Amino acid sequence: MVTRKSAVPSALMLIVTFCFLAALYLTLNAQFLAVVQVAVYAGAIMVLVVFVIMLLNIRNEQYTITGNWKTVVGILGVLGILAQIISVFIAATDTLPKHLSESAVQLGTVESVGTKLYTSYAFPFEMASIILIAAAVGAIVLAKKKLT
Amino acid sequence: MVVEALIKIVIVLLTVLTAVSYLVLLERWISAWLQDRIGPNRTGPLGLFQPLADVLKLLLKEDIEPSQSEKWIHWLAPVISITVAFSVLAIIPFGSAIILSGKSYSLAIASNVNIGVLYIIALTSVGVYGITLAGWSSGSKYSLLGGLRSSAQMISYELTLGLGLVSVVMLCGTLDLGGIIQSQIAGGWNIIRAPLGFMLFLISSFAETNRQPFDLPEAEPELVGGYHTEYSSMKFALFFLAEYANMITASAVMSVLFLGGWHVPFLNTLGMDPSLLAVLGILAFGLKIFAFIFFFMWVRWSIPRFRYDQLMNLGWKVLLPLGIINIVITALEKTYLLH
Repeated sequence: MVTRKSAVPSALMLIVTFCFLAALYLTLNAQFLAVVQVAVYAGAIMVLVVFVIMLLNIRNEQYTITGNWKTVVGILGVLGILAQIISVFIAATDTLPKHLSESAVQLGTVESVGTKLYTSYAFPFEMASIILIAAAVGAIVLAKKKLT
Repeated sequence: MVVEALIKIVIVLLTVLTAVSYLVLLERWISAWLQDRIGPNRTGPLGLFQPLADVLKLLLKEDIEPSQSEKWIHWLAPVISITVAFSVLAIIPFGSAIILSGKSYSLAIASNVNIGVLYIIALTSVGVYGITLAGWSSGSKYSLLGGLRSSAQMISYELTLGLGLVSVVMLCGTLDLGGIIQSQIAGGWNIIRAPLGFMLFLISSFAETNRQPFDLPEAEPELVGGYHTEYSSMKFALFFLAEYANMITASAVMSVLFLGGWHVPFLNTLGMDPSLLAVLGILAFGLKIFAFIFFFMWVRWSIPRFRYDQLMNLGWKVLLPLGIINIVITALEKTYLLH
């Protein structure tokens, strides 16, 4: 739900959301994912978003939220999801394991993620890097006015 | 556990805050010395009370908010800057573990962080926001230009910083700062094992802390004061503190990653008492940090500022390829030399 009217505070809220998401990853023992979430999403991508918003200079435009029903529906939706999460937790308290096994604790460390990426998932990992390089080259070609 | 951590946090914060205010004095002394002036010597003996006077002055000044500013973000920006500057200190090991009445205490607020190096990277990438938002929220064209410059500069040099770090991680095989120090004690300091990586990290540290010759975000002759033009009173002081705190954290990180942290070569062969050894280790770490800070200041008063296109050319066309070459060199070194 978007509560801010201007773009930069909204972007800041998104950064805060990413940081909380990283905290959630940390509680799930996924340290690598958590720190990459902050470094890549909150740090790199959102800097570019903020950068673009600042360059566009749209701070003086005023957006009015049309109609109150959107707010009502939004609040109801969020409350519904919250109620569902709470009910799931209450229902599952007995079935959840009290202590994590050693392998589950080690699952999210840099070592285990790296080993998995370069052994079992080496092919998809390399494919992803090729696609990323293609996208980067494409972006440079599009951004450059004249290729010499 | 919690009490121990809280005590450590208070000690580290107080030490660094005091150090920061005296670094400002030190900078003024060094600039005076390099320019053949006398420098501040009026407030108290040798001018030692100058930081107190400075802080009082800044606290008592009127806090002016520009009419065009975004109030909330204008307030938030210095807070982000100072928080990020201090947060890195949480994982720095200030010495080897000390044993008091049979119990071992590690000298880091959070020891054995298995993502230590990545934590530093994540925080430096978040640190960009402090300056960028300060520039944007002030509602002044000079501030905005400073903010834009800083975000472009810091994103560019973060890459080189990261590539310099990769060589350290490759050599030490761990991301934990304590583990990196242990690996250097066993196999020699990283400044010897990866000299190119050290150079890259040092240069990009200058850019990340916005120090001369890379202080384009606040270039006085062009941008009045850059991102903090519209700041006054304590909010300005926070940016000032953040700059010096960043210098301390950058120096501490470089000492840990490349100069063996609290390790002094050949000292443990003398057969000294372990507790004396630990104290000497802390002193050695402080000395290494001080040496880096002195270097930061020495460079500031010796080398003129880069032009913006020179800065970008250096970052993308010289340092980045060097960083990639450095990774190849380190890999070859690790495979053939160190085995």
